[in-house]
Amino acid sequence: MSLGALLLIVIVLAILGAVAGRRRALGLVGGDKRALHSLPGHYGQVVFLFTAVPALVLTGLWLFLAPLLIDRMSSESLVGSSLTDDTAMTLVMTDVRRIARGLEVLSANGSLSESDISQMRADFSNVRVRMAEAGVALGADVGPQVFEAAKVYRDYSNTSRVLMNIAVIAVAIAGLFWSLTRISKDYRARNASEKFTVVMLIAASLVAVLTTFGIVFSLVFETYNFFRMHSAADFFFGLVWNPQFRGGSELGILPLLWGTFYVSFVALLFAVPIGLLAAIYMAEYASKPMRSVAKPLLELLAGIPTIVYGLFALITVGPFLRDYFAQPLGLGNSSSSVLTAGIVMGIMLIPFVSSLSDDIINAVPQSLRDGAYGLGSTRSETIRQVVMPAALPGIVGAVLLAASRAIGETMIVVMGAGAAAKLGLNPLEAMTTVTVKIVSQLTGDTEFASPETLVAFALGLTLFVFTLGLNIVALYIVRKYREQYE
Amino acid sequence: MNVSVNLENDVDLAQHKIVAKNVQVYYGEKHAIKDVNINIQPCSVTAFIGPSGCGKSTFLRTLNRMNDTIDICRVEGNISIDGENIYDPRVDPVQLRAKVGMVFQKPNPFPKSIYENVAYGPRIHGLTRTKAELDEVVSASLQKAGLWNEVKDRLDEGGTGLSGGQQQRLCIARAIAVSPEVILMDEPCSALDPIATAKVEELIDELRSNYTIVIVTHSMQQAARVSQRTAFFHLGNLVEEGATQDIFTNPQDKRTQDYITGRFG
Repeated sequence: MSLGALLLIVIVLAILGAVAGRRRALGLVGGDKRALHSLPGHYGQVVFLFTAVPALVLTGLWLFLAPLLIDRMSSESLVGSSLTDDTAMTLVMTDVRRIARGLEVLSANGSLSESDISQMRADFSNVRVRMAEAGVALGADVGPQVFEAAKVYRDYSNTSRVLMNIAVIAVAIAGLFWSLTRISKDYRARNASEKFTVVMLIAASLVAVLTTFGIVFSLVFETYNFFRMHSAADFFFGLVWNPQFRGGSELGILPLLWGTFYVSFVALLFAVPIGLLAAIYMAEYASKPMRSVAKPLLELLAGIPTIVYGLFALITVGPFLRDYFAQPLGLGNSSSSVLTAGIVMGIMLIPFVSSLSDDIINAVPQSLRDGAYGLGSTRSETIRQVVMPAALPGIVGAVLLAASRAIGETMIVVMGAGAAAKLGLNPLEAMTTVTVKIVSQLTGDTEFASPETLVAFALGLTLFVFTLGLNIVALYIVRKYREQYE
Repeated sequence: MNVSVNLENDVDLAQHKIVAKNVQVYYGEKHAIKDVNINIQPCSVTAFIGPSGCGKSTFLRTLNRMNDTIDICRVEGNISIDGENIYDPRVDPVQLRAKVGMVFQKPNPFPKSIYENVAYGPRIHGLTRTKAELDEVVSASLQKAGLWNEVKDRLDEGGTGLSGGQQQRLCIARAIAVSPEVILMDEPCSALDPIATAKVEELIDELRSNYTIVIVTHSMQQAARVSQRTAFFHLGNLVEEGATQDIFTNPQDKRTQDYITGRFG
């Protein structure tokens, strides 16, 4: 029975349970629903939840835990061979799983019977050819031990499948009958279903929070591995970024950080004034029809994928800056430059700054504006001297949030700023950022467990710490500002 | 008696600070103020009373053209202050509002220091030449608003940190600082406790000698305490206007009588 069929059975059981629960509740009071504690639908809901949720949770856990257990059990048959190394073991286990899957396919399409499989011997039968028939390509002939392990693996997983089907359906039916018997006239079905809902909501938010912790944990773990292989002093204070395939790389983060901050600075220099002025126009001057057209148009910019901005940088802005500024001024010959990436990233950030600032300016109470107008201020005096000072903390928060986006941006920089790690001031020269180097270090051909690859995690963690700090400061400021008017 | 006085006053406009004739206000399609005629006397307190939504605040706001800031609002008719039509296209609403100050329902000090709050008006209108003059205006305004003794040692602190009643008196000081001739007050005590209300009422009574004050209030006791003349609005109409004592003791219109005796509103 496939997983889909199993889930379908559980859901059908739950729906049947819901109908039965409703019937039973109504039946207990002779059809007079006023005599029930909760609405009849609530009783149905409770039965549905008690039938479906435990069964589905069990399925999820089984699917997650069973492979781990089966791996361990089938690898026991490999013990004694020369596979002491963890990495080699992982590789062999991959083969074991693939052969097991191949055997399953062959048995399913009828070309091998169960007795054929149990008689098959790696040293006599041509396993490789048979596996190729099943669509499983093996790099080398398999040893008898591995083949035996694969057979064991297949047996275990088939057994596990059957057990899971039985267990899940049993749990569903047990939940169904247990919750049905609990229904009585005074059973508080509404409260039970409310409580169940709360538990599910909490579980959903836990998933989000735990994932964040998982990400941080994996970053920290790999960073730790990196610092065991490479000196921290070189990483944090090194002025040269020069990874070598053969080892002995210089992996100083400073040129990358400099590039990141330079590009982000240019982007903010571009985005903050334009975004802010646009926000002031939208919030204070624009007529309703104007606003209803212009605001969505501006926010449309936020929906463009960053790779498209990258193309714009690569094909339009880069060559333009090179031909009309860099070359005539003798400042460089490269079409990728800090300025290119900065300007394009600035364009990307405009809607971000403007829509956040717009919200903040709108949140300044109208009574302050009235007060200023009542004293005979003009519109611009009111905005400059009353509205903006009141909105300033919130706007600073918006700018910081934009900055943390700029720091984390990758595609525009890859395509606009180039890949040369350099410490320089010339904005028309190519530079690169932390994010770009994370990509290039991880996508190369180097071995995973080398400092050249693992440095990506150290870079990622550094970036994470920077943007996290910025976000905390920004949110703190924004929240403080909100309190002022509540 | 009242009628004859009004007729006589109509002839001599100079006796009235504000004269409104056939004023209509529309919010989009809605006819919010219907054909209001009223004369407001200088150096006195005039109270506008009436049930919620009767148009008294709307009418108050026509007197310094605050309704201009609302897009869909349209005013017809004639309102003149000192004989000059304030809806004349040549009139600059910014200058008009310097002459006709306003205090709002909710205290709305700017998020600046106490000093800066009061100095704001004189600064934007360029009323003082030196820092010393500005200091003088600030302290005089705070004194007139009865706030000086409470804040003189902390002029640099934020205006939003004061209590509600102090904030409202700060707003009155802010309005006085531009030396207006008329002060409009839109339910200035509705957000204040009884003690703060008493202080503001006392202040209004003192300010009467120098300013023409128009106050909108929901409290009939307040109207009776602070005003010399009272106007009763109902459903956008000015039902009755006269000396406060007459309105409260001898109302001419049935609706006025019902309202002040608490039968509706």
